[in-house]
Amino acid sequence: MAVSKRIVLHFPKRVTDRPLIYHLVKDYDLEFNILKASVNPDQEGLLVIELTGMREEYDRGIKFLIDAGVQIQSLSQDVTRNEERCTNCGNCLTLCPSHCFEVTDASRKVQFHTEKCVACGICIKACPPRAMEVHF
Amino acid sequence: MKFMKTIAEINEKIKLGKAVIVTGEEVIDIVREKGVKRAAQEIDVVTTGTFGPMCSSGMYFNLGHTKPRMKLGGGRTTLNDVPAYTGLAAVDLFLGATAMPDDDPRNRNYPGEFNYGGGHVIEELVAGKDIRVESTAYGTDCYPRKKLSTYINIKDLNECVLFNIRNSYQNYNVAINASDKTIYTYMGVLKPRIGNANFCSAGQLSPLLKDPLYRTIGIGTKIFLGGGIGYVAWPGTQFNPGVPRTDKGVPRSGAGTLAVIGDLKQMNSRWLVGTSMLGYGTTMSIGIGIPIPILSEEVMINAAVPDAEMFATIIDYSDDYPNMKPVNYGEVSYAALKSGKITIKGKEVPTGSLSSYSRAQEIAGTLKEWIKAGKFELTQPVASLPGPDSGVKFRPLNERPIEA
Repeated sequence: MAVSKRIVLHFPKRVTDRPLIYHLVKDYDLEFNILKASVNPDQEGLLVIELTGMREEYDRGIKFLIDAGVQIQSLSQDVTRNEERCTNCGNCLTLCPSHCFEVTDASRKVQFHTEKCVACGICIKACPPRAMEVHF
Repeated sequence: MKFMKTIAEINEKIKLGKAVIVTGEEVIDIVREKGVKRAAQEIDVVTTGTFGPMCSSGMYFNLGHTKPRMKLGGGRTTLNDVPAYTGLAAVDLFLGATAMPDDDPRNRNYPGEFNYGGGHVIEELVAGKDIRVESTAYGTDCYPRKKLSTYINIKDLNECVLFNIRNSYQNYNVAINASDKTIYTYMGVLKPRIGNANFCSAGQLSPLLKDPLYRTIGIGTKIFLGGGIGYVAWPGTQFNPGVPRTDKGVPRSGAGTLAVIGDLKQMNSRWLVGTSMLGYGTTMSIGIGIPIPILSEEVMINAAVPDAEMFATIIDYSDDYPNMKPVNYGEVSYAALKSGKITIKGKEVPTGSLSSYSRAQEIAGTLKEWIKAGKFELTQPVASLPGPDSGVKFRPLNERPIEA
């Protein structure tokens, strides 16, 4: 079974000089698509990638990264809603491509299903009270 | 119209703690069960509420005089870099909700983000935050000072008044985009090929939809405004009562509006929220609630109209709206809009909203509690709003080009 996930990789200083992504391709046959990168020699690095491959190889690739000292975060956790600012207007309902927002009852309070979030960022600037926040 | 009660009688009951108050939502089932006649006898007040972006809003305030004196009037003043209107007396200023800093890129980087503007300044001021004032003036014999740079706080201002010239629209368009590219509007981001439909009304809780013929709401009516108490000051701009209506008198598109006023010092930033519309501009979302005294069976019938019997007109914002084309894509009920999907030209279209229904519920509920607790009495309007037969009309500009 193939999987495709968006993840955030934090590279501590000591591993930024190793060609880790190269090994993901060569050793684990994973495809990657870089969404955001901030990697500088001798500094901590950050990479947001979409990683695609067979389930087993994917899991082994992730283990390889962890063993190499890379910290991995699922991207979905990085878009958050500021509950103080959200007015439950419902402007986000139709904009989210992965249908994270939903109204389920008569009060029309907007539910935010973070587990469906792919962190595309569409909701961030479209939110009228600016309640959606992205953290890399 | 046969009157059953007067506002004075209802106020007597409020004072005695005997008034029966229900929200515009609760009343629907009560009237369905008990019938109009009995409900009108039993219910004294129906509370309404609405919360959404309302652009023609702003505040005026008196700064207090500087020493030496300075005539800000006719000069230039900014509040947190947002320009205020200075065409008033020496230290009176007006700030509009849609004003934005001079260095905001607007739509030069399309679609512009519009993260901060007058509405945000008002929200922060009401929240008790210090606001940075920068002023320059030309100097006069009696007002010699030319520069001012200071922080202000709402508690130190003299008068500080929310004054909105058009709020609480009685019904509104449902916005769609029939073009092939995404558009960014005051009705939100509209996806191409009718990819979504956005509405902006509290429907069955909306004040003017619950008193559609302005039988009880008029000039001088006391209201919930921005978390405090305000008043209806005047018909709002673009007042247009002559639009098509249902047999119960509910307008089928935008009609009446309200100009409202109230002391900002007793308001709350939860109900005055700085708002950014991607690619369009900044504004402020405002909470308004109005009590409807049930004076007659007619008032009761209207106050009990549900979402299913309220209709809005679907308008294309890619071409028809900007070019003032008098065409539409039909009508849809608020019940359908709130179901999450409507059908336009045979296509199922998801719906989004700009008006917060949960906040509208909260306002109607708060107003109900205020009245129950005897903290809020009803007012008799001092003058009526123009009705459907008044001849009042919202006209387009009659442009008369000036030859060079």
